[in-house]
Amino acid sequence: MGDFWQILGESFRLIWAGDGDLMAIILLSLRVTLTAVFLSCLIGLPLGAAVGAFRFPGRALVNVVLNALMGLPPVVVGLVVYLMLSASGPLGPLQWLYTPTAMIIAQTVLVTPIVAALTRQVIEDLNTEYAEQFASMGVGPIARVYALLWDGRFSLLTVALAGFGRAVAEVGAVLIVGGNINHVTRVMTTTIALETSRGNLQLALALGVVLLVIALVVNAIVMALRASAVRSAYA
Amino acid sequence: MPETVADLVEDGVLPLMQANGLVFETGGGRLVDGLSFHIAEGRRTVVMGPNGAGKSLTLRLLHGLVQPTAGDVLWRGRPLDAAARANQAMVFQRPVLLRRSVLANMRFALAAAGVPRRDRSARALEALSQARLETLAHRPARVLSGGEQQRLAIARALGCRPQLLFLDEPTASLDPAATKAVEDLILTASDEGITVVMVTHDTGQARRLGQDLIFLHAGRVAETGLAAERLNQPHSPQLAAWLAGRLWLDGSDNTAHEASAR
Repeated sequence: MGDFWQILGESFRLIWAGDGDLMAIILLSLRVTLTAVFLSCLIGLPLGAAVGAFRFPGRALVNVVLNALMGLPPVVVGLVVYLMLSASGPLGPLQWLYTPTAMIIAQTVLVTPIVAALTRQVIEDLNTEYAEQFASMGVGPIARVYALLWDGRFSLLTVALAGFGRAVAEVGAVLIVGGNINHVTRVMTTTIALETSRGNLQLALALGVVLLVIALVVNAIVMALRASAVRSAYA
Repeated sequence: MPETVADLVEDGVLPLMQANGLVFETGGGRLVDGLSFHIAEGRRTVVMGPNGAGKSLTLRLLHGLVQPTAGDVLWRGRPLDAAARANQAMVFQRPVLLRRSVLANMRFALAAAGVPRRDRSARALEALSQARLETLAHRPARVLSGGEQQRLAIARALGCRPQLLFLDEPTASLDPAATKAVEDLILTASDEGITVVMVTHDTGQARRLGQDLIFLHAGRVAETGLAAERLNQPHSPQLAAWLAGRLWLDGSDNTAHEASAR
């Protein structure tokens, strides 16, 4: 176990030194994941809200599909996006394969069902409380969805957090569509996998530590926001 | 002596609202069974009756939140439509307040009612000051006390300047001081010409606020008339039992309907 502490010490030195390669990998990871979460919210929030707030034929089916897609295996998403973007695939001419764009697409596909399914639950609960009052006030359908999303804003922050957690920790999809190319598509999780197999444990562990710290900080921020919201009964 | 609603109708005065043979069935059960009555404009009607009599459901039927299985609801002699419903507002038993500030709650309702953006703040503050809530305008609505929340719900309804206000047991869980504040607000609205239809369990409140009375029992109208008269001299055995604090049990239902039909 002496080795572990030695490696951990060296990994902290790497982080402390602000190693250029390390920083580039961290920044690319954050860029890909945050963009994917943003896009997923753009699609998943209105979609989940619509399913949660309206009754329509086929609604139960949409629910089942969304919930099933929440558990999509990242490697399968990676494979499907790979097929779409590969030279012979329908989106091949865009030449997005092995670029950060491909990684963003894969993670968006992975996270959108999570955001949509969890949003549906939040909005449905809120709608149960508000529906009669809104009907009494004559609130139109668009205004209703907008109001439900706004009043659920602090719960939805947790939804986005769940999406972020899934995307930032995911390795299969970005590895397949990104290819883990040095200085181009190398992110924290793919680097950890690669460097571990190559025996470069200091860098792998350094990235592992950074990943944990990022997860802790993001969670702490969201919890703090929610706590202040609870005090004013907004959550 | 003020005329009863029935007298007014005989004189050719159109009631603000009419219920004609309202029936509502769900899951095989008939929750209201052939309700017919009038609501006179500018007056305060109290709807009373034991639990399960169909009071809240009656309000929802009149407000168009629930569609009757049979019968119809008329507004100024015409079927209740969206335009007519825009002239009604309803305050629910448990106030439904948005997770926003007091002022934002007001502005939301005004926006839904189609009040132009530039007029909303002024209208909101006016209604809040009437409810003596203007100092709380920027507080989160859901941290207000129960009485303040109910006054906000009423202010929010009144801010939209409805012609008719429905209230479903607005003081059900309030202490006497908060009840007084809510009743004062209702009386102020009534003085401004707003027709009030309220469900209450409280005979004292019915005497204080009620001008017309509709007493429901087991989904049927057991008795209607002037509140002051009927609460002192009930005609139906159900209302008499209620006022005397006796329980009118289901086993006696058949005789009850015969008695009220006399």
